[in-house]
Amino acid sequence: MSIFTHFTQPLLRENPITVQILGLCSALAVSRSLEPALIMSLSVIAVLLFSNLSISLLRHIMPRSIRLILEVTIIASAVIVVDELIKTFAPDVSDYLSVFVGLIITNCIILGRAETFAIHHGPLESLADALGNGVGYAVILIFVALLRELLGTGAILDLQLLPTIDEGGWYRPNQIMSYASSAFFIIGFLIWGIRSWRIEQLEDEEYPTTPAPYRESA
Amino acid sequence: MMSDFFDILLRAVFVENLALVFLLGMCTYIAVSKNVETAIGLGIAVILVQTITVPLNNLIYQQLLAPGALDWLDMGSLDLSFMKFVVFIGVIAASVQILDMVMERYTPVLHATLGVYLPLLTVNCAILGGSLLMVQRNYDLTQSVAYGIGSGIGWALAIIIFAAIRERLRYSNVPRGLEGLGLAFVVTGLLAFGFSGINGVVS
Repeated sequence: MSIFTHFTQPLLRENPITVQILGLCSALAVSRSLEPALIMSLSVIAVLLFSNLSISLLRHIMPRSIRLILEVTIIASAVIVVDELIKTFAPDVSDYLSVFVGLIITNCIILGRAETFAIHHGPLESLADALGNGVGYAVILIFVALLRELLGTGAILDLQLLPTIDEGGWYRPNQIMSYASSAFFIIGFLIWGIRSWRIEQLEDEEYPTTPAPYRESA
Repeated sequence: MMSDFFDILLRAVFVENLALVFLLGMCTYIAVSKNVETAIGLGIAVILVQTITVPLNNLIYQQLLAPGALDWLDMGSLDLSFMKFVVFIGVIAASVQILDMVMERYTPVLHATLGVYLPLLTVNCAILGGSLLMVQRNYDLTQSVAYGIGSGIGWALAIIIFAAIRERLRYSNVPRGLEGLGLAFVVTGLLAFGFSGINGVVS
């Protein structure tokens, strides 16, 4: 596969959230409004690039038995830097994200890509893979955040698109969107949509409901 | 004192449920909930690890990392709290490893049931999240014991309920594209919605 396919593959066909089921916690929890979602996406992409690159460079000298602890330490160091940067440049968002920046360490996308990809591939492919998975994650996160912020408050990034009733408009903000559960509904229905379009992603039926073809009794 | 202990414990189980209110540990939650038996095993593992790591991390944080904790060394004002990510994940990885070895020696049956899920808990956000939330709320040692037990039980409860629902869902006729992952999300959403209703019950 070329470097370009390593980048495009995780965008939809191998999307970390909707197909690989990785990195859900933060995708669900920080998606109430757009600004934190953007910062979270950038942080995850940065950490992912750094960890994939360094793990791919170290892959020949890392002893197999202690590689997990080394990988986690590399990721944790990157997260500390990102956390300090966010605290300095966006203190309000840092309060809102609270523990979720720290939880990038245990974001399964990062360790998952390190274990399944970076450890077997060269630095350039690993960077492409990191960027692809990071953007694939960001696309879903931003889509959910956009929908939740628009329907929950009628505004996107302080820009009032739907005038709310309180301010003399016609839109009644949907309270459900401020609950965490709405993120589940949105992602659930999003997966439904993607799978109806890309039927190769359907899961095998555990108990087929269509009757089996007639067989003569043996 | 005692009522404070149970207050934190009950709040952690129901009102601030790690899985359904803070949405932590979701990858494992969705991936390992296809049947009730494994869910119970994983639930027990989470309770054990959470009960050990939250108070342990609390001790380490209060004694070594918190701003001013090392003043007795006379090295000026040290604030090592930025180190908490690396230290906590190390403590969690080590405790999981030790727990794994101890259980293999003394409770081989339970160890066999938990299988691969025990080592995987190192990278479960619910475990690290529990410790980070404990720091954020400035719990002391007793409170952190209550929080550790409570948040573990809360997560276990959530995954067992969810696994039971999923077992029933297998026999239902759902649209083809929603089957599996999609429906799992919608059901978790409904569960989370239900749990947000408990909010007013325990104050």
